[in-house]
Amino acid sequence: MKQNQMIKHHLTDKILMAYSAGQLSEAFNLVVATHISMCDECRATMSSFDALGGALLEDETLDGEAAPDLQATMALIKADTPMERTPPPSRPTETPFPLVAYVGDNLDDVKWKSVGMGVKQAILKTSAEATARLLYIPAGVAVPDHGHHGTEFTLVLRGAYSDQTDHFKRGDVEIAGEDLHHTPVADVHSDCICLAVTDAPLKFSGVLPRLLQPLLRI
Amino acid sequence: MLYIEPSSSHSELTRRYPGSQNNGASYEICKKAKQVMSVTLPSVADWTAHMCLIRDNQDEAAFAELFRHFAPRVKAFLLKSGTEPTLAEECTQEALATVWNKAHLFDPTRASVATWIFTITRNRKIDALRKQRRPEPEDLVWGPQEEPDQADVLAMTQETKKLGAALTALPSKQRLLIEKAYFGELSHSEIAIETGLPLGTIKSRIRLALERLRHAMT
Ligand SMILES: [Zn+2]
Repeated sequence: MKQNQMIKHHLTDKILMAYSAGQLSEAFNLVVATHISMCDECRATMSSFDALGGALLEDETLDGEAAPDLQATMALIKADTPMERTPPPSRPTETPFPLVAYVGDNLDDVKWKSVGMGVKQAILKTSAEATARLLYIPAGVAVPDHGHHGTEFTLVLRGAYSDQTDHFKRGDVEIAGEDLHHTPVADVHSDCICLAVTDAPLKFSGVLPRLLQPLLRI
Repeated sequence: MLYIEPSSSHSELTRRYPGSQNNGASYEICKKAKQVMSVTLPSVADWTAHMCLIRDNQDEAAFAELFRHFAPRVKAFLLKSGTEPTLAEECTQEALATVWNKAHLFDPTRASVATWIFTITRNRKIDALRKQRRPEPEDLVWGPQEEPDQADVLAMTQETKKLGAALTALPSKQRLLIEKAYFGELSHSEIAIETGLPLGTIKSRIRLALERLRHAMT
C-alpha cells in the first residue's frame, strides 16, 4: 500500500513497544498493525523496538537444557511441501492488509448492523480481552457522545471526522483515555469508516444509548 | 504454514520462484556481503551472508551454522517466557523452519538477522501460548530487480552492534525491566519506554531504509 504522507496522529511509543514485545491483545494488535501498514513513521519506531528484542535474543544462553534438534528441523522443512502459489488477486488498496483477514477485501461489502441515526457497525471476530469493530458514520452525522472506562483507539479508513480535540483523516489514529468525552462528527463531504478498538465498554451519556449498549456490544 | 501467512505480494512470489528471472543481483549482494563483512565486521554481520545463501541457494550448511547460533537462543528465550520445555523445543524448530521458508522476506537494511528471528519467535510464542493469531503489518519487500544498498546493510549492522553494546552497558536494574517487558512479565500499562538505549539512531536508519524501499517500490 502506498504510504500516506499526511498522517498527523500516530501511535504512542508505549503502545508500539508493547506491540513489539507481544503484550497486546488481538484487537489492539489489529489496530496497531493496520496503522503501521499505512504509516512508515510508526513502522520505523516499531522496528527499533524489534531491534531491542533482537539484542535481547542475541544475549540469551541455553544452559541446562537440551540443544535444539537440527535434524528434526530439517525434516520439518522438507516435509513442508511448498504450496502452489498463484499471484494474489489485485485488491483495492483502501483496505490495509492486516484487516483483510477480518473484513474481506472491500469495505463496501462489510455486513453492517444499524446502531441508529444512520450510524452502523460491524464487530470483528477477535479474542475476548478487547473488542474491535468497524464504524460507519454517514457524512455530517455525529456518533453519540460517549466516554470510556478504558482506552479507545479509532483509526480512520475512509473519509474523515472531527471531535472536540482535532480533525482526523485516513491513517490518523485517535487515542482516547478515560478523561475524554467526545462526539465524533463525520465530515460533510464523505461518509466515514473507522476501525475502533476498546478494552472496556463505552460510557454513553444519553439514556437510550445506555439501554441499547448491551444489545450492541459497544 | 507454521504461523499466520503475512502478505504475499507479487514481488515476493517472483523472488521465491524466480523462474527465468535474472538472479545476478542477489548473488552480487551475497558476494559483497561476505567480502565486506568477513573483513571488517566478523561475527554479527556474517549472518546476513548466511541468509543470502539460504535464500538463493537453499544452502543447508549455511542454515546449519545459523541454526547452531540462533536455535539455542530462541529456545532459551521461549523458556524464559514461560514456555514448557517440550513446547519450547517444538516452537524453536518451527521458528527456525520459518527462517528457512521466509528467507526471501528478510531485509538486512531494516533489521539484523537476530532482530528478524526475534520477531518470528515472538509470533510463534503468541500463536502457541495464547492460541490466537497476531495481526502483522503488510510486508514490504525488495522486488527481484532491486536490491538494497550495501552501505545501508553495513550501517544497520553497525547500529545493531552499538545497540548490543549499549544493552550490555545498561545498569542491571534497567535491563531487568526491559527483559520483563519482552519476556511477558509486565502488562502493557506497566511497560516503561525510557530504556536508556540509543533507539532513536537505529530508528533513523530504519526510516531512511524505508524511504529507499518505498522509492524502489514505486
Ligand atoms: Zn504513525
